[in-house]
Amino acid sequence: MTKQSKLFYFIPYSLWLIFFVAAPLLLIFYQSFFTVEGQFTLANYQTYFESGTYLRMTVNSVWYAFLITVLTLLISYPTAYLLNKTKHKQLWLLLIILPTWINLLLKAYAFIGIFSINGSVNDFLLFIGIGRQQILFTDVSFLLVATYIEIPFMILPIFNALEELNPSYERASRDLGANGLDTFRRVVFPLTLNGVKSGIQAVFIPSLSLFMLTRLIGGNRVITLGTAIEQHFLVTQDWGMGSTIGVVLIVAMLLIMVLTGEKKKKERGHK
Amino acid sequence: MKKKSIKWSNLYLIAVFSVLYAPIFYLIFYSFNSGGTMTSFEGFTWDNYVAVFEDKRLITIVLNTLLVALLSSLAATVIGTFGALAIYYTKKRQTRTTLLSLNNVLMVSPDVIIGASFLILFTFIGFSLGFASVLLSHIAFSIPIVVLMVLPKLKEMNDTMIMAARDLGANNWQVLSKVILPSITPGILAGFFMAFTYSLDDFAVTFFVTGNGFTTLAVEIYSRARQGVSLEINALSALMFLFSLLLVVGYYFIQQHNLSKKQKNKKRLAVGAVPIR
Amino acid sequence: MKRLLIIIVSILAISVGLYVSIDQLSKSQGITSDNTLNFYNWGDYLDPELITKFEQETDYRVSYETFDSNEAMYTKIEQGGTAYDLAVPSEYMIQRMIKEKMVIKLDHNKIKGLENINDLFLDQSFDPKNTYSIPYFWGTLGIIYNDKFLDKEEIKHWDDLWSPTLKNDVMLIDGAREVMGLSLNSLGYSLNTKDKNELKAAAEKLSTLTPNVKAIVADEIKMYMIQEESSVAVTFSGEAAEMLDQNENLHYVIPEEGSNLWFDNFVIPKTAKNKEAAYAFINFMLDPENAAQNAEYIGYSTPNEAAKKQLPLEITEDEQFYPSNQTLENLEVYDDLGKESIGVYNDLFLEFKMHRK
Repeated sequence: MTKQSKLFYFIPYSLWLIFFVAAPLLLIFYQSFFTVEGQFTLANYQTYFESGTYLRMTVNSVWYAFLITVLTLLISYPTAYLLNKTKHKQLWLLLIILPTWINLLLKAYAFIGIFSINGSVNDFLLFIGIGRQQILFTDVSFLLVATYIEIPFMILPIFNALEELNPSYERASRDLGANGLDTFRRVVFPLTLNGVKSGIQAVFIPSLSLFMLTRLIGGNRVITLGTAIEQHFLVTQDWGMGSTIGVVLIVAMLLIMVLTGEKKKKERGHK
Repeated sequence: MKKKSIKWSNLYLIAVFSVLYAPIFYLIFYSFNSGGTMTSFEGFTWDNYVAVFEDKRLITIVLNTLLVALLSSLAATVIGTFGALAIYYTKKRQTRTTLLSLNNVLMVSPDVIIGASFLILFTFIGFSLGFASVLLSHIAFSIPIVVLMVLPKLKEMNDTMIMAARDLGANNWQVLSKVILPSITPGILAGFFMAFTYSLDDFAVTFFVTGNGFTTLAVEIYSRARQGVSLEINALSALMFLFSLLLVVGYYFIQQHNLSKKQKNKKRLAVGAVPIR
Repeated sequence: MKRLLIIIVSILAISVGLYVSIDQLSKSQGITSDNTLNFYNWGDYLDPELITKFEQETDYRVSYETFDSNEAMYTKIEQGGTAYDLAVPSEYMIQRMIKEKMVIKLDHNKIKGLENINDLFLDQSFDPKNTYSIPYFWGTLGIIYNDKFLDKEEIKHWDDLWSPTLKNDVMLIDGAREVMGLSLNSLGYSLNTKDKNELKAAAEKLSTLTPNVKAIVADEIKMYMIQEESSVAVTFSGEAAEMLDQNENLHYVIPEEGSNLWFDNFVIPKTAKNKEAAYAFINFMLDPENAAQNAEYIGYSTPNEAAKKQLPLEITEDEQFYPSNQTLENLEVYDDLGKESIGVYNDLFLEFKMHRK
């Protein structure tokens, strides 16, 4: 690539980076050093790391985001794999994305109806003799709904990776006597790892800052960093503390990027 | 043995699809409820649908929402694809990681923070709030997901193809349009759809940066929550859902039709029975 | 490449089509910049028919934008970049906006029909002599219960929420002032206390409520109670009115020992460009007939005494929503406590929430 064309790619993107990433980032960082009264302070960070409340919240967030990501991956990978083998696969893929176009709040309301004590699921449980159970405001319902929301965002990148996969690899592996599981473990899965990685990034990172669902479905039993930030910005109007949590979140994200990012050894394709 | 496994796989897919669509059918079902809530079905009615068509304000909001979603996802896809190319061509590993991390900042920041900081940004430079500020913000928060969708495709791309093209005397533009873009098209389309989804669903950012009477559907629905979201919104969602379903299915079959035509042509060419037009 | 181009062109074509139809729609509604009233209100907090009526009676066109919390609205108006002519904040937010000079003094010569408002709701501490605001709706904080699961006599006081029979059966509204407030009220303290010891006592008492709390939610409380997800909830009267409408087993109680009295009032923000339109709309809504129609549509309690007379007796004689003057006397309006004290309330409430698991 010549320098010129590289520059051409870079200009719009870097403009975006400067105005909509770097500027807000600096703003958040700057604000995290101010109290509600507008005085310069380090107290926000001190509060964050000294009060057990925020640390526990952080652990909670990471733990739930991890669970959501694992659940989503477990459901999405087989789905993407099987979808890829269907006849009208592009159509089915579009149909996976379609539900995300319905407003999230409405879907959450529908889930409240479905999971409520007199709702459809409980009617079913009653019918098969288990009896009505408290489903809403439990970890299970929260994880289920969060997973539901994230599934399409995981399926899409994995599906794309699978589609690129040359079917002859799979056949070759079979011909060489590998069974289905081995073929999957040694051939298919490693070759689709890039898709899985971008899927995990597209799910785990936003899950860290999930809010609203924690209240609607979780009844505020689970309080994530996202909920706390929302509260600080919209209810308590303590933008300083909210920004501090934001800074912590961004740092956490950077760590995740470094951990799941490309390793030196595995580097390929770049000249 | 083989047949059986295929059936199981179908069963799995059916299960996934029914879970994905369950809440949507639930919403649609209650859009015909005369009772006024999503809790008990009292009787069948079309009233909620009539209400949608009579509510000019709501229709304007829907059109606004679609306009912003289409334009912002288009722009985000273009800029994001360029960004992915830029990252791909960055030689230093460290710079690349830095760029990628910066790229992801907006994905990890909760919407409220993004919205608030965009608001400060816009008011700071004296940008009037309204359609333009909403559009810019939507472009801004959709770019990272496009990059994330396109980048893996670029990594999988065969570099030898590009070199071959170059050796054959292709210029930059030709390499881009004939070699690179076709091989990353699935990633670009995926990015576009994701961006579209993000834009349709966004509430917090839009809320902060909108003004002068411009509203999107998500903002409207959230601010109705205090009074209880009326079934009119259900009816509207049902209509939008049906519309997009038709659009998606229609688009797919038109494409299939064209594709099979092309393939037929190719075959004929291969046989050599038809002269080249 | 060709495929991408086709997609890009068709998206642009659709966008042009959308733009044209939006333009046509707003033209058919007669919206131009100089005759427009930019009204910033809670979502669905006004009978749309009244907008049409207002537009017919006057030459103004209403551009209606919505918000979902006082704080969000405050941020929007404070940051500028918008030009709202009229907004409807709640009382503590009005006090704060007055303090920060974000609302203009009303010209009472231009306001007609203020005499329709009941004196009880005028001249409140948050805005003495109504220099800055005109009442729109008012209400209380109370307890809603389902008589399927509870006897009528069981719930009368805040303390009844602590009853051991209500294990994991109480829903609370997600607000620091409200939840801390109910504990303060049950101890006989003021809702506006800044006394550290009183707050500490309230927080300690609150922590013993933990086993009974099923969820801390917001607007969704309505859905949950209608669906009978739990038997008791703490919520606002406006929400309660809607719930009662949907489920006849529900009842609303204002604890005698005291609770919160809230207001949503009209104010004219400093950013207003069309003050005449704002006055015209305030006067329009002070008209008893319009106020009554609106109150029936929204279901909240109207401060407009003349309008109240036009409402059906079954509404206005309902003590749940138009409590006796004696009950009203025990109610307290929130003061803006200042950022620091609000911070204390929020921290205590956050701790209460975090310790629930």
